[in-house]
Amino acid sequence: MALPRIPIGDGVEIAVNWVESHFGGLLDLLSTVLGALVEGLKDVLLLLPPLAMALVIAAFVWAVSKRNFKMAASTLLGLLLIENMQLWTLSMETLALVISSTLVALVIGIPVGILCSRSDAANSIITPILDLMQTMPSFVYLIPAVIFFGLGNVPGMIATVVFAMPPTIRLTNLGIRQVPKDLVEVAEAFGSTPKQKLLKVQLPLAMPTIMAGVNQCIMLSLSMVVIAAMIGARGLGYQVLVGIQRVDIGTGFEAGLAIVIIAMVLDRITRSLTEG
Amino acid sequence: MISECGNVKVKVRNLSMIFGERPEEALQYLKEGLTKDEIFERTGQIVGVYDASFDVAKGEIFVLMGLSGSGKSTLLRCINRLFEPAAGEVIIDGENALEMTPQRLREVRRTKLGMVFQNFALFPHRTIIENVAYGLEVRGVPEKERLAKAAEVLKLVGLEGHEDSHPSQLSGGMQQRVGLARGLASDPDILLMDEAFSALDPLIRREMQDELLDLQDKVNKTIIFVSHDLDEALHIGDRIALMKDGEIIQTGTGEEILTKPADEYVAKFVAGVNMAKVLTAEGVMKRPEPVIFVDSSPESALKRMRKYRKNFAFVTNKNEEFRGVLREQEAKEAAESGKRVEEVFFLDTPVLSPETPVTELISIVAGGTHPLPVVDDRRILVGMIGQTALLDALTPGVTENGVA
Ligand SMILES: Nc1ncnc2c1ncn2[C@@H]1O[C@H](COP(=O)(O)OP(=O)(O)OP(=O)(O)O)[C@@H](O)[C@H]1O
Ligand SMILES: [Mg+2]
Repeated sequence: MALPRIPIGDGVEIAVNWVESHFGGLLDLLSTVLGALVEGLKDVLLLLPPLAMALVIAAFVWAVSKRNFKMAASTLLGLLLIENMQLWTLSMETLALVISSTLVALVIGIPVGILCSRSDAANSIITPILDLMQTMPSFVYLIPAVIFFGLGNVPGMIATVVFAMPPTIRLTNLGIRQVPKDLVEVAEAFGSTPKQKLLKVQLPLAMPTIMAGVNQCIMLSLSMVVIAAMIGARGLGYQVLVGIQRVDIGTGFEAGLAIVIIAMVLDRITRSLTEG
Repeated sequence: MISECGNVKVKVRNLSMIFGERPEEALQYLKEGLTKDEIFERTGQIVGVYDASFDVAKGEIFVLMGLSGSGKSTLLRCINRLFEPAAGEVIIDGENALEMTPQRLREVRRTKLGMVFQNFALFPHRTIIENVAYGLEVRGVPEKERLAKAAEVLKLVGLEGHEDSHPSQLSGGMQQRVGLARGLASDPDILLMDEAFSALDPLIRREMQDELLDLQDKVNKTIIFVSHDLDEALHIGDRIALMKDGEIIQTGTGEEILTKPADEYVAKFVAGVNMAKVLTAEGVMKRPEPVIFVDSSPESALKRMRKYRKNFAFVTNKNEEFRGVLREQEAKEAAESGKRVEEVFFLDTPVLSPETPVTELISIVAGGTHPLPVVDDRRILVGMIGQTALLDALTPGVTENGVA
């Protein structure tokens, strides 16, 4: 009764090797660009001394939350606590990773979402892939990332992008499909080109849903960036890892707390942007 | 009714529209005579419109009328191809809309075909003025110019001062006027209006209807107007097409539909209308009989009266111009005393014009001893209205055909 084993694992390996040997140059280029993005962003975030930067971020929260003073104040307090725990540099590194991963995920995810909303064929191909991506344990993404990009920030980022992108695609698709039909008809009746229809009617009306996707994307990025420390991504995740390895509850907890503070700040910013 | 003359702006021929995956199948069943309901049962497809044909002349207001679900909106949407018809033709200015490339269709929609939507369909993310300017915006009109034009049109529909509001801040009636303004702003030749006034309260509604008629006089647009309200259709429509289950069952002027309903259904449909409000003398008048010439003898006049069993006769000259009324009594006296007709007929009989509304007729005609003559602007005798004609007109369905 022994069925021959289907060599799925071998197949994947062969495919990976094939990509490696044929697209090595492209992968190197990608690696360089993404690496520069993270480093650049990190440098910007560390440009000002922690106190000044914390004030800038709090002011930004205040502005986007329509001058919600309480929100800005608690943001400032949270950031000061991070500085107080001496986790500022690591936090900014994590923030740089999250922001750049999210950016890449959005740059890919939103157009793919738009494609899905316009073509049922594309949608029926991409939806099962998204299902797969979301049910696959997140650790699995770490392996090909390491194979293609080695250890460090870039593979961490790639794994994060893959992990965090599905909700962006889904919610962009959903948001556009949910735009009331009669409004799309109005756009058509007045002779809009497909591009005008998209930019002037569909995207603006889908914006709240798309922003919910962006919010989810950021939160997933943050959680993945921590896991990505296992393949050499820097930042707070690394600190958590250190805490685990040394069974040092204090270090681990402080790093975890910093992550929670960053999550809260990012969540507030995206939520405010959605509502505004 | 369907003419081929040069000023036909929109021509619709044998247009059918099926909601479903296999329209050919439904069309085949329709040809075999199945009803809309039977086709839905067999194929699950909905017949939106079947075999609709009509012409709309330049400058005409053509009303599509019918009960809810009769296919008015569907037919209207086929004209600018928001819906793709399954069969038939839509000719706009001599050009078949169904064969247009996407580019050409966009061009035509931008410049020629304005649309006002049934449920307003305003963009919630845009201010009122941005909504109104949308058509100009997609056409590439510079911002300053299009906002100026939009402000102008907003003023026209009485919404000055609401430019920067958002649609949700406006009442239903106001939103409807924004929809109207949006349709007007790009100054299209042809306006497709889907129940454009349905959300307005009666007074404003009447006002907007009159406004539309005024506008029509000034700018001479061609308007295809969907309405389920017969009073509205009769008030604004030059011609009306009455729809039932996706088919047009009668096309004609309001009077034609009221007085010569094509079938039982139309007769029932129009039965509720307040005829007096919409009819004119022309619609209810009968053929003037008997008529005598001024120089006839009293004897021959009496003979004609006896022939028609009437106690009066209309007097005209040889050119059929109306001169007066001769009553039997005076004719008899004249015959006895040897007078001529000229000497005894009444010159000062009131006369009606074909445009006199029936409401005004009632008081004039009711008290008279004989029917009143209807004369046109050259004083030619064109008809007469007596009490029976009036009663016939006001009680459709009692006589078979309303008015002879
Ligand atoms: N998008 C659609 N999909 C399927 N069926 C439709 C669609 N739109 C309309 N129909 C059907 O087509 C028929 C005609 O509908 P339509 O909207 O044209 O009626 P209407 O005369 O405009 O009615 P109302 O006065 O309610 O607006 C109805 O049976 C309706 O159910
Ligand atoms: Mg309708």
